[in-house]
Amino acid sequence: MGIYDLIFYLFAAVTVLSAFFVVTTRNIVRAAFFLLFTFFGVAGIYVLLGADFVAIVQLIVYVGGILILLIFGVMITNKITNVDIKTGTIHTLPAAIAVGLFTGIVGAVILNTDWFQVDTKMPASTLSTLGNMLLNEYVLVFELLGILLLVALIGAASMARK
Amino acid sequence: MEVTLVHFLVVSTLLFCLGIYGVVTRKNAIMVLMGIELILNSSNINFIAFSRFGNFGLEGQLFALFVIVLAAAEAAVALAIVLNLYKTFVNVNVDEIDTLRD
Repeated sequence: MGIYDLIFYLFAAVTVLSAFFVVTTRNIVRAAFFLLFTFFGVAGIYVLLGADFVAIVQLIVYVGGILILLIFGVMITNKITNVDIKTGTIHTLPAAIAVGLFTGIVGAVILNTDWFQVDTKMPASTLSTLGNMLLNEYVLVFELLGILLLVALIGAASMARK
Repeated sequence: MEVTLVHFLVVSTLLFCLGIYGVVTRKNAIMVLMGIELILNSSNINFIAFSRFGNFGLEGQLFALFVIVLAAAEAAVALAIVLNLYKTFVNVNVDEIDTLRD
């Protein structure tokens, strides 16, 4: 077992355990902070898969943007003086059974499938390749995503200001 | 044990199922959003793992970037909706907001 495998197991454990705490803790602020560790673990897994740029984007957008937005939402929708910010739960047992069954089925399918896999040699930096693809073959998607972000920004601002 | 494609797929499956569990069981709308973020992250792990082991260039990483952009847009719009819900109903519990039901 090489150092690569050890680091993978470390990041996988961090990701899955903190994701487990995100969905089981009743305190919303605590869940938000466990979500932070999940995002860091996922970024580590991206690095192990040779996706350095996506890992950085994950850190900047998820940790720096989405998580801050979520915590902001928690703070606004609960009275600040209300110290215990709790969430209720519904249908815990049926959901646990159904999700457990689903996990078992998908896991069995994954473990029993003979996956086609080639150990591709990843380039040291994926940045220039990604940039070239983004502005050549995928330029339409790139522009559409820009328009989508603009629409989402205007829509969110106008909805929140009413 | 050598880490292969299967390991990454198992991690992403666990993340996906935990996300589904969070979406289904939490009452607070922001916790539901956190579950959705977990699901999107698991799909991203799948994209990048297949891009690494599937021998077809960097398309998978590019699609992971697109998913991250969509997640950012979704979080912004969903939070605006949650703020409006809070203004109208004073709480954000998704099981109590059922005024459309007769």
